[in-house]
Amino acid sequence: MLDNRFTRHMPWQPVTAAARAYPQRLDLPLLLCLLAIITFGLIIPSHARDAFVGQVLRMGVALGFMVAMAHVHPRWYLRAAPFIYIGCLALLIAVPFFGVVVNGSRRWLELPGGIRFQPSELMKVAMPLAVGWYLNTRRLPPRLTHVVGCLAIVAVPALLIAQQPDLGTTALLSAAGLFLIVLSGVRWRWMLAAGAVAAAAAPALWMVMREYQRERVRTLFDPERDPTGAGWNIIQSTTAIGSGGVFGKGLDQGTQSRLDFLPEANTDFIIAVIGEELGLIGVTSLLLVYVAALARGLYIATTASDTFGRLVASGVTLTFFLYVFVNIAMVCGLLPVVGAPLPLVSYGGTAAISILAGFGIVMSIQTHRNW
Amino acid sequence: MTESLHIKDTRLEQRAFAARAIVIFFVSLTLVLALLARLVQLQVVEHDSYATRAEENRTQTQLVAPDRGLIYDRNGVLLADNLPVRSLAVVVELVPDLDALIATLRERVDITEADMAQFQRRVRRRRPHEPVALKLNLTQAEIARVRVDGHRWPAVRIADENLRHYPFAALTAHALGSVRRVTAEDAERLDAERYRGVKFVGRLGVEKFYEDVLHGQVGWQRVEVDARGRVRRVVDATPPVAGQNLTLHLDIALQTAAAEALEGRRGAVVALDVRSGGVLALVSNPGYDPNLFVVGVDPAHYRALVDSRDTPLFNRATRGRYAPGSTFKPIVGLAGLSVGATDWERVLNDRGEFRLPGRARAYRDWSWQRGNAGGQGIVNLRKAIYRSSNVYFYDLATRMDVDALSDFAGQLGFGRVTAIDIADADPGLLPSRIWKQGAKGEPWYAGDSVNLGIGQGNLLATPLQLATVAMVIANRGSWIRPRMLLSSDGAVPGFPAAAPTRVTAPGAEHWERMVDAMEEVVHRGNQGFRENGTAWFHIGRDIGYRMAGKSGTAQVVGIAQGEEYDAAELDEYQRKHAWFIAFAPADDPAIAVSALVENGGGGSSVAGPVAKAVLDAWLLPRLAKRANRQAPALAIAQTPTVAAAAAAQAPGA
Repeated sequence: MLDNRFTRHMPWQPVTAAARAYPQRLDLPLLLCLLAIITFGLIIPSHARDAFVGQVLRMGVALGFMVAMAHVHPRWYLRAAPFIYIGCLALLIAVPFFGVVVNGSRRWLELPGGIRFQPSELMKVAMPLAVGWYLNTRRLPPRLTHVVGCLAIVAVPALLIAQQPDLGTTALLSAAGLFLIVLSGVRWRWMLAAGAVAAAAAPALWMVMREYQRERVRTLFDPERDPTGAGWNIIQSTTAIGSGGVFGKGLDQGTQSRLDFLPEANTDFIIAVIGEELGLIGVTSLLLVYVAALARGLYIATTASDTFGRLVASGVTLTFFLYVFVNIAMVCGLLPVVGAPLPLVSYGGTAAISILAGFGIVMSIQTHRNW
Repeated sequence: MTESLHIKDTRLEQRAFAARAIVIFFVSLTLVLALLARLVQLQVVEHDSYATRAEENRTQTQLVAPDRGLIYDRNGVLLADNLPVRSLAVVVELVPDLDALIATLRERVDITEADMAQFQRRVRRRRPHEPVALKLNLTQAEIARVRVDGHRWPAVRIADENLRHYPFAALTAHALGSVRRVTAEDAERLDAERYRGVKFVGRLGVEKFYEDVLHGQVGWQRVEVDARGRVRRVVDATPPVAGQNLTLHLDIALQTAAAEALEGRRGAVVALDVRSGGVLALVSNPGYDPNLFVVGVDPAHYRALVDSRDTPLFNRATRGRYAPGSTFKPIVGLAGLSVGATDWERVLNDRGEFRLPGRARAYRDWSWQRGNAGGQGIVNLRKAIYRSSNVYFYDLATRMDVDALSDFAGQLGFGRVTAIDIADADPGLLPSRIWKQGAKGEPWYAGDSVNLGIGQGNLLATPLQLATVAMVIANRGSWIRPRMLLSSDGAVPGFPAAAPTRVTAPGAEHWERMVDAMEEVVHRGNQGFRENGTAWFHIGRDIGYRMAGKSGTAQVVGIAQGEEYDAAELDEYQRKHAWFIAFAPADDPAIAVSALVENGGGGSSVAGPVAKAVLDAWLLPRLAKRANRQAPALAIAQTPTVAAAAAAQAPGA
């Protein structure tokens, strides 16, 4: 804890005050990392005042969720895990029937009152909970039947999300699930075998991909083949980042973003704005904070007192990190363009809530170790 | 919770997990390093090229077309103006589905089928990536309706452009020429740098000849634009330089008078200031509305103009080739005098027909009729002019070498373009021995000389050339090349000074006597049968100043030997052309005129009044002014000419 006298007149006083109010249930290093990341997201986009206010409100709500979740004892999560998972599955199944179509994909459910949310976002938390619950009482390293069981827990929601279609979330959720299975201690030779099979199946994947998805992959390798169409996003985002240089053009000085050349500047491509306005230094700083959050999350996982705690903490953290990597790699032109926001920086409500709720559980695991 | 059959070793599990977590952490770090490597590549290694690219994204260089120079008449009346209009334009290259876009635009803007047809034509002839006008003259309401959704159509522009406007429309069409839209073919021909962003180029006439000085200099501005192409601000700019404003010798009042004098008949009038060579009026009737060509004339209308038997697009005044007929007789006479083939005293009995020695073919006088040989009786050169004796000039032409006559006529501007700044003026045709050998492969026959003696045969001249002839005679053998330009507000490179040229022969006395003979054409009256000037009855009886003139009636179709010319029997378009050349005042000429009425009939009766109307319009106000100025002090010293002019000018006074 920080000293009262030191913090009293500091601008971050409200934040530290909140942290001091719940010292025993919030993990301060993780909290500071998360707040630093959120701050990046708030200072960068300044397009519209109401968008900014909305983002502040959403982040406040999401932080509230985190604080609330941190106060619930992990054993309640363990008990509730199968029900949360099945509930989320039910919501995912409901999407094709009751979902709202946005931009050609049916991903959203609408609550009475006009609040929309994506069940696939909730699954990012529900899936690690379910895997942790499933393996908690099993002996590790898991037997093959248990691995198959884990795979099923991951695959069912992944397939449901895949047919929305939302390839990005599917891939990220699957990847997080596989990380969890790796962390559970699966034998290396099984993983090698699985890797070989996956490599062999890659062409088949190309076959089942939809045309627009293939187009994105082609565009990755040659954005100039359609510079004003499919290649536009990636050309403009690399131009934005590249033109930022080491020190950036200065806050609010990015021509690519302010003159609307950069698409989705407030959401998926926000890292390009940071790259343009704050330069290599800005992006690297943000990346370091993300790595710090990752390190802290994994540390909490390794020090957790049971399998459930370890798997849930590492699952939430790794999902978070995977989004960071995929998003930045995509904006830099290293991966095809998929719908993956930059966690806690991109504008958007459901994603922030599910991420911070997840981290609330991680904090709960950390702060309830001696149960 | 059920206990597993195996005993869970929590410590071992934790240690195994920690090991794997560390592996995964380092895998993650590797991924982060990969990202950092990519960022370094983009932001450090390739920074320069991306920075350039962002700058190119951000700024656009826009060309600003200069204002085309204005054209004024000699009194400062605007003849060619620029009207700013806002038009709806489309960059066709940016539109995936043009039909769909136009359908959407039609909901907001009234686009007619004619607009569409013109648009299609402009699209075919456009320069690449040039906004193509779809609808000109947008109203404020239409602009607003398009602007509302402008961001949805990056290819749609509301373009400000200056349209050339000719307030006098058809009246000045042939005098000024016109501009037209720059087409893809033009773009290859024109200096690309100078014409970037310029929509119009001079097509005909003054607009074409002075294209370089009227055009001005293209300016440009660097603007910051957003991704939708909207201009956010101007970064820097070099303003365009407007083209020079030109003042022409043309007098719009005289031009109007000349056009009115033609009374809608096909024909041409050219009036020259004899002291400066300036073109005071240049009318070719019918004209056309050049404003139509600025906007783009619709195909049906264009076809009608092209197919019309009256050829309104054809500039008769500068490009019409006509036999000068009897208006050529003074030149033959002067040529005969200069080579000694005749003098003023030599007489000849004109019995109405002329035969070459040993030939049966009879060349007739104009007064010949079946059963009446006609003829002008005993004629000397002076009478041969004012009676327009054909026989005298048949005879005279055969008395001199054709090349001597041809050379002399050439000195007066036949067979060449003498005008300085009239684009596409026609040189006409001046026959000579060499020409005939080359063009027809035949030697020069004596019969050719006979025809040439009365301005028929192969000789062809334009109304502009005949006005020049009138100017030469008015100046007693010296002349100044005709010109349109009076002054400019800038330097016009290569424009020659008004230096007179002297015709080498004959002497001044002969020119004076020729002018005298031509005065008789107009003023010699009440003298009885075969003694009046040919034009006296038509224009000489009521005239307020001394005018010298010569009529001409040019045959259009050959009339067979022994056949009588009967206007009623011939198709209108085969009747004779009526010519009249004149200048006045005879002793101190100010203005020279040629008038042509196509298929009009007799020169004196039809073209004479046209020429007189033009001279009246120019001289009477000036003479009256001079008379008023002199009246108080020099009332007694007034010449009868001036007094009469003053009287004619102020009938109500």
